[in-house]
Amino acid sequence: MKKLSLAEHSVRELNSALHDPQAMDGGTEWYVSDPDGRHALACGLNDELQVTIDGHAGYYCAGMNQHATVVVNGTVGVGVAENMMSGLVRVRGNASQSAGATGHGGLLVIEGNASARCGISMKGIDIVVGGDVGHMSAFMGQAGRLVVCGDAGEAFGDSIYEARLYVRGQVESLGADCIEKPMRDEHREELRGLLAHAGMDFDPSEFRRYGSARELYNFHVDNAGIEQGDSHE
Amino acid sequence: MCGIVGLYLKDPSLEPRLGELFEPMLLAMADRGPDSAGFAIYGDEVPSDQLKFTLQSAEPGYDWEGLVTAMERDLGGQLDWFRNATAVVIKTDSGEERVREWLAGNAPAVSLMSVGHSIEILKGVGHPRLVADRFSLSGMQGSHIIGHTRMATESAVSMEGSHPFTTGLDLCLVHNGSLSNHNRLRLELERQGMTFETENDSEVAAAYLTWKLREGETLTQALESAIQDLDGFYTFTIGTRDGFAVLRDPIACKPAVLAETDAYVAMASEYRALARLPGISGARVWEPEPGRVYVWENAQQASEETGT
Repeated sequence: MKKLSLAEHSVRELNSALHDPQAMDGGTEWYVSDPDGRHALACGLNDELQVTIDGHAGYYCAGMNQHATVVVNGTVGVGVAENMMSGLVRVRGNASQSAGATGHGGLLVIEGNASARCGISMKGIDIVVGGDVGHMSAFMGQAGRLVVCGDAGEAFGDSIYEARLYVRGQVESLGADCIEKPMRDEHREELRGLLAHAGMDFDPSEFRRYGSARELYNFHVDNAGIEQGDSHE
Repeated sequence: MCGIVGLYLKDPSLEPRLGELFEPMLLAMADRGPDSAGFAIYGDEVPSDQLKFTLQSAEPGYDWEGLVTAMERDLGGQLDWFRNATAVVIKTDSGEERVREWLAGNAPAVSLMSVGHSIEILKGVGHPRLVADRFSLSGMQGSHIIGHTRMATESAVSMEGSHPFTTGLDLCLVHNGSLSNHNRLRLELERQGMTFETENDSEVAAAYLTWKLREGETLTQALESAIQDLDGFYTFTIGTRDGFAVLRDPIACKPAVLAETDAYVAMASEYRALARLPGISGARVWEPEPGRVYVWENAQQASEETGT
């Protein structure tokens, strides 16, 4: 295992080492100590590395991740795994706002709570939160799955497109165009797989499913394909 | 942007180290607010019949000795004082009104930074490192301390525009954010008899709390009222003689993180400001919820109420 202390090396040195084409040589495991809340740790990874960050991380940790597995033994600041494409990011503590924002793929696991706007504009990422999520989570979600094992805050799933949302506890309120939907066998099966992948021991039958009512402007065919100033009416 | 930090000790044995523990917190937030900095420290209490006045002058060679001698001559009573760089702290039993009146008449160029039994506010323009060094922050003692690093948006970069703001005895407030209804609220507070030193939006928030406390509300009640009456973005940290509070706006536009151990409660805009505190690896670290009032008083958590 390769070890790097952020008390001795800069964040830029860490990220450069992880981006180095030789980063995989001599083993794929990295151990990063003394993060002390620094921002932009392990960002833009593009190899099948296993990176452990031992402590609390700051903003945008593991952003733009592809292929790598990043585990944080602590809390993370704003925007963990933002725009993740693939791979796995696991946070052993709590996450601040906008966890997994705009993520296209991969799995983000937050073992504690996530605060406001978790999964904002998610585009295919899967997010599993062991605790609660704050207000406006999955805002404008377009694709992917968000699993909340605790409670969800106000305006859950506001202006959602097609992401699928599962909540085990209470939802304080639903956002515009977000509704509860029936849990069918296919959803329980999907949820079982996500929980297993995330290492969460909950029964899928305890969850409710939420998604888009498809009533907002962009869902109406009459509004489709008409550009401003279009003369084909 | 701006950075805010606060440290409230529950373990009195740490009080001699308050400045030393707090200075790295303030400096860690320097890149969130490099244009000015300040802090309010609580400790070195005066007896109940006295008050502490912290004064500052922009003029480096100001004749403080002359000012104190004249004040002693005119007001009489008991007077004790010490100087710290560009500031002095005067302890006297002459009463707030008389001292304010005397200062207005005899030393109009001097700024009155704070009044109270415990509070001392020290602040200035410049990098937080300069401000901390100027006042020898790392050697200070006390029970709690609140600081701010400023990146100005709503009003000028000046000593007066730096935080913390105070508008009442032993009360201070630091603010990350911007208020949108501060002009109207200032007019309403002026009608209630509050006075203002600046055009700053954060001073309005401080005055609002002073007014609510004067009306008999508890700190928790005053902050719950603030959620209804203040419009805009804010994370506040508030100090009183024996209390410490944190409040974020209901939309949670501005960051905040709290850490608590048996020895202290610490607050910062970002975790990295807390990373050097003793025992932080075992602390409870969490993000205060939006629109929820967190108050500690007499070293105990007094409330964690939902405000919305």
